[in-house]
Amino acid sequence: MTTAQVSEHARPPLWRDERVLAAIAQIVFLIAVILLAGYLYSNITTELRARGLTPGFDFLRLEAGFPIGETTFLEYSPGDSYGRAFIVGIMNTLRVSVVGIILATILGVVTGLARLSPNWLLRNIANVYIEVIRNTPLLVQLFFWFTAVMLKFPRIKEALVLPGPVYLSNRGLALPWPRPSDGFQAWGLVVLVGLVVAIGLFRYRKRLEDRTGQPGYPWVFGSVTLLLFMVVGWFLVPGQPLIISKPELKGFNFQGGTSLTPEFAALLIGLTVYTGAFIAEIVRAGILSVHKGQREAAKALGLTDFQMMRYIIFPQALRVIIPPLTSQYLNLTKNSSLAVAIGYPDLFNVAGTIFNQTGKSLEVITLVMGSYLSMSLLTSLFMNWYNRYMRIVER
Amino acid sequence: MAPTTMRQTGLNRILGDAGTWLKENLLSPWYNAIITVISLAIVYVVLKGTIQWVLFGAKWGVVKENLRLFAVGPYPADQVWRVWLALAMAVLLGGISWRAWGGTMRAALVYLPVPILLVLVAPLSMEAKRNWLVVIALFPLGSALTYVRIPWAKILPWAWLGVFFTTIILLRGFRNSEAIPFVETGLWGGFTLTVLLAVVAIVVSFPIGVLLALGRRSRLPVVKMFSIAYIELIRGVPLVTILFMAQVMLPLFLPKELRIDKVLRAMVGMIMFSAAYMAENVRGGLQAIPKGQYEAAQALGLNYYQMMRYIILPQALRAVIPAIVGQFIGLFKDTSLVAIVGLLDLLYVALSVISQPEWIGRQAEVFLFIAVIYWVFCYAMSYASRRLEAKLGVGVR
Repeated sequence: MTTAQVSEHARPPLWRDERVLAAIAQIVFLIAVILLAGYLYSNITTELRARGLTPGFDFLRLEAGFPIGETTFLEYSPGDSYGRAFIVGIMNTLRVSVVGIILATILGVVTGLARLSPNWLLRNIANVYIEVIRNTPLLVQLFFWFTAVMLKFPRIKEALVLPGPVYLSNRGLALPWPRPSDGFQAWGLVVLVGLVVAIGLFRYRKRLEDRTGQPGYPWVFGSVTLLLFMVVGWFLVPGQPLIISKPELKGFNFQGGTSLTPEFAALLIGLTVYTGAFIAEIVRAGILSVHKGQREAAKALGLTDFQMMRYIIFPQALRVIIPPLTSQYLNLTKNSSLAVAIGYPDLFNVAGTIFNQTGKSLEVITLVMGSYLSMSLLTSLFMNWYNRYMRIVER
Repeated sequence: MAPTTMRQTGLNRILGDAGTWLKENLLSPWYNAIITVISLAIVYVVLKGTIQWVLFGAKWGVVKENLRLFAVGPYPADQVWRVWLALAMAVLLGGISWRAWGGTMRAALVYLPVPILLVLVAPLSMEAKRNWLVVIALFPLGSALTYVRIPWAKILPWAWLGVFFTTIILLRGFRNSEAIPFVETGLWGGFTLTVLLAVVAIVVSFPIGVLLALGRRSRLPVVKMFSIAYIELIRGVPLVTILFMAQVMLPLFLPKELRIDKVLRAMVGMIMFSAAYMAENVRGGLQAIPKGQYEAAQALGLNYYQMMRYIILPQALRAVIPAIVGQFIGLFKDTSLVAIVGLLDLLYVALSVISQPEWIGRQAEVFLFIAVIYWVFCYAMSYASRRLEAKLGVGVR
């Protein structure tokens, strides 16, 4: 009797059954979304047809016909296809992002530690840097670096010389750069073998340390081994494997070494300085998030300041740091699209040129957004893996 | 005799304190002293270079001559009074909010000489100085108004919304009006446009963001998937691509009869962008609400709407106010990106000024000037947000 009543209560009439209502709500929502999407799609197709444009990605095989100022790894000439031009753009974006991420991380960690320094002056220098950079737009900073710094350097004939030699002129930076020569492949092989041996030794010493509890110095053993292979290989291999090529002024340009264009240099400096300020705050917050008791316990165990930082504070802080750090890396990659403002041929800039020449708005936007999305996705996948690797192993 | 000793010991104590402070903060251990010396050298070089340049090297005429352009862009000169009026409304309401939301009348009066002095010193026209003084005076006047006993705290959010819409209507004008003629959005510019874009984006994206956040936490899979897809898509791509899409694609997506202008298109782009980030901020607030609150609401027999409206959202939104201020600061900086798609905001005005032949080579001055403007506003907001955070006790509870 009672069970019958309960089951009767459990089944309210259809118009008040939550599951039915939920299903209806979702169907209505879905229909609304589909109708809206269909409406927008029909608008765009009629519009494109009226302009005589047929959608499709065939245009990627056509000849691009425009030059690209600088390329990364890939050769490119105006005779190549739009597709290749687009890939060159992606490579340029990746180049500035990867280098920027590395430099911004270094700058950010150093500044974040400086903010926590007991030295009043150092702490406040870091403070001023962070507050100034974080509260002004990146685009304004980029224009400043480009037009008010990079282009204000003297002309190439009167280039400033820094030790190295590094030449600063309004055509960019010319720096010395190692060039592989005849013996490079053989030497590379030796170094590769050294790397394998070093990793093996590192793992062995690490396991020894874990098992016995005695310090095994895995990092010292690993790096010394690698260094040994590099140095010995250098002298064993016939000829010099790497030659440092220095830039020299010949005619109207620098020969030898490597050079950074003012656009690339301005973008790299701008992104590094901007993101570095944000990373500094993240690092600071991460270190402060480690409980005071941990610090006291480390002191009580008699660890030195360095040991405390290396073994107690940093590993714990890292877990707090990684997620926001990931989003800063993503921001840097996305912010590199501001290159368009100062003329560095990144993905967005090249895509803009392609769009101007072909008028393929839908396709170009799809490609650009798809590229950025996949870069974001790859970065977060990697950082999520790293985060899982670093997290506390719980019982 | 006695007074001298006392003075001496007092002096000694001060010197001793200074010595300890120096030792603890700058000189010991030995590597700290080295760091101090290096830092001092850096500060000296940077400060000396900057001060020398600002006072003697830089030619500030480029800023002085173009102040109006920086402020309102190409907005018609005989209609600029509308911008003043909008500013006056905002400052008056700001004054009211100041006291209604916990500021003191004394603070409102004590700091008053600072902006007045700034206005008197600044190289403005007599007319602009007069207007500024009136606008500044409105702030303590607004604060004084709160002595009239009305439930201000309840009215204020709606009053702000009212000022927001009035400002937009006022700046735009009416098509067949003599008194306030129509000013097309193409003529909106300068710092006014910058502020307007940021405020429009944050205000309009707020309800959308709340809906998306609720959608993302919804139990209905279709709604949830849609919200996640939207949020992640927008957050995965740079703002420039969204602005570019809004400029190029929006006209294609809409029917022929509906042609919207450049400024409105940029606003749509900014709103779409801001809504995704707003949704994530609000979601953070929703997640911070303990589960017991939901269960208590359900136990009371509230339905979903009532539960959200009266129990969850009031708590969640209060917790995310600092995050939203942070987002607004970011958005305020990001408005500079509309210069890339050709809107006449503060940055665009700066770029067009330095491209004029008479101001060639004055890039550093112009960029420094607009950077200072952005900085003052962003820093003030982040300072206020930190105070607010402390007052709300967000991190403490």
